Amino acid sequence: MSVPLAAPPAVSASPGSPRLLLSRVATMCLMELQKLRRDRTELVTRAIQPALWLLIFGETFTRLRAIPTGSTPYLDYLAPGILAQSALFIAIFYGIQIIWERDAGVLAKLLVTPTPRAALVAGKAFAAGIRALVQALIVLILAAILGVALTGNPLKLLGTAVVLVLGSAFFCCLSIVIAGLVLSRDRLMGIGQAITMPLFFGSNALYPVDLMPGWLKVINHVNPLSYEVEALRGLLIGTPARLGLDFGVLAGATALAIGVASALLGRLAR
Amino acid sequence: MTSPPAVRCTELRHTFGEHVAVDGLNLEIHAGEVFGLLGPNGAGKTTTIRMITTLLPSRAGSIEVFGLDVARRKMAVRRLIGYVPQQLSADATLSGRENVALFARLFDVPRRRRAEQVESVLDTVGLLADADREAKGYSGGMIRRLELAQALVSSPRLLILDEPTIGLDPVARTSVWERIEQIRAETGMTVLVTTHYMEEAEQYCERIALMHRGRVRALGTPAELEAEHGEGSTLDDVFRSMTGDQLDGGGIRDVRAARRTARRLG
Repeated sequence: MSVPLAAPPAVSASPGSPRLLLSRVATMCLMELQKLRRDRTELVTRAIQPALWLLIFGETFTRLRAIPTGSTPYLDYLAPGILAQSALFIAIFYGIQIIWERDAGVLAKLLVTPTPRAALVAGKAFAAGIRALVQALIVLILAAILGVALTGNPLKLLGTAVVLVLGSAFFCCLSIVIAGLVLSRDRLMGIGQAITMPLFFGSNALYPVDLMPGWLKVINHVNPLSYEVEALRGLLIGTPARLGLDFGVLAGATALAIGVASALLGRLAR
Repeated sequence: MTSPPAVRCTELRHTFGEHVAVDGLNLEIHAGEVFGLLGPNGAGKTTTIRMITTLLPSRAGSIEVFGLDVARRKMAVRRLIGYVPQQLSADATLSGRENVALFARLFDVPRRRRAEQVESVLDTVGLLADADREAKGYSGGMIRRLELAQALVSSPRLLILDEPTIGLDPVARTSVWERIEQIRAETGMTVLVTTHYMEEAEQYCERIALMHRGRVRALGTPAELEAEHGEGSTLDDVFRSMTGDQLDGGGIRDVRAARRTARRLG
């Protein structure tokens, strides 16, 4: 049949307008959901690692009582940390997808659409958040089965979702930044693996900050993962948390990372 | 008042380090024509296309697309362009329809017309029956046609195709060209295409430019170029004399890129 004759396209939103930004982020998230729907096995295989952490590490250390977590059982203490970890592991390899898209010409095609680069990066980042949320649901259900006393407060659960999305968005952008610097899948894999463990062990995901040596406390202090875990723990199991600070750090870090990643996107397009 | 040309490149230049990829290119593409950009590997065709599509900044010289300065009006220019890159670039984990709908959204096709428009372009490229299958299962020719649909869903005024038939079998090549012809006939869209295949350029392009070492060395209709070169010559002969037998002059990068494309085709 026929394609309508090329009409002057309706310029509904000026570049950089919040409406355009929101529309693009929604589009990228929708695409991620469409992909996830066809990718159920990946959801399950990705749940294996956090499940093992909770089941083996968590159950054992709860019995050992080696880590002083006050009146909170260690498994309860650990669950939000593992939630943040599984989101981190998903997000940190998003840069690989960007490099794949660059090699396949997909990125070039996206960059030739009327989409500001920041909107494209934000779209990818929040799409990573969507994937992390679906994953988190599985981890939370497992934690509940293991007897972790999770909150049932819908507002706190909503807060949990926001924290997870922001955390994943930040680490996704960090990964895109690294991708923009190294420009190769292999190097990105290596760097991704090299930084995930320090990020994880240099945070409060597994043990309280008080136990850390001074130098590790410094790392913990600048590690966004720690703020993510603190907020998740506060919201899900009610430990003390500086929620305002945590949200502020996560939102600020994400905005900064989106800015840096979009500035590097042009390098990837070349 | 005459309408501005679809593309006008003036003294365009681009370098990658020491290597001069595009060296003072002057080119004018009329609105509504099928224009072929030909040249050996490394002639600067893809670099030129990447500058027209806003992917690469032009270091010197200027480009206008329908009178809009590409350096200053990137967003407006992108709205006018439908682009199919050299690689087979559909998302394999999405269905054909989802692939096209994604681009309808990214080009702000209004919600109430979106489904209809997606349906219409899928029909144009002959993929309606396979629209809800994952693109993973598509053949190379089908993926190319899907990419055409992605590029067309925003009703662009300028369709840019970088080596659209590379790595395709002869039947798929003909089929892709037939779609391009049909779309052009129905919409009057301007088509800019790069190709290695002389016989395709001869058959389907109204005017062609032969590029070599970053410059246009010959410009005209295929018939004109052949006549200029001498009685009974083919486009192939023109090409060879123009480039000094450098048809196979591409570097290892081009060979790798071609192999990658071939692998993706299965």
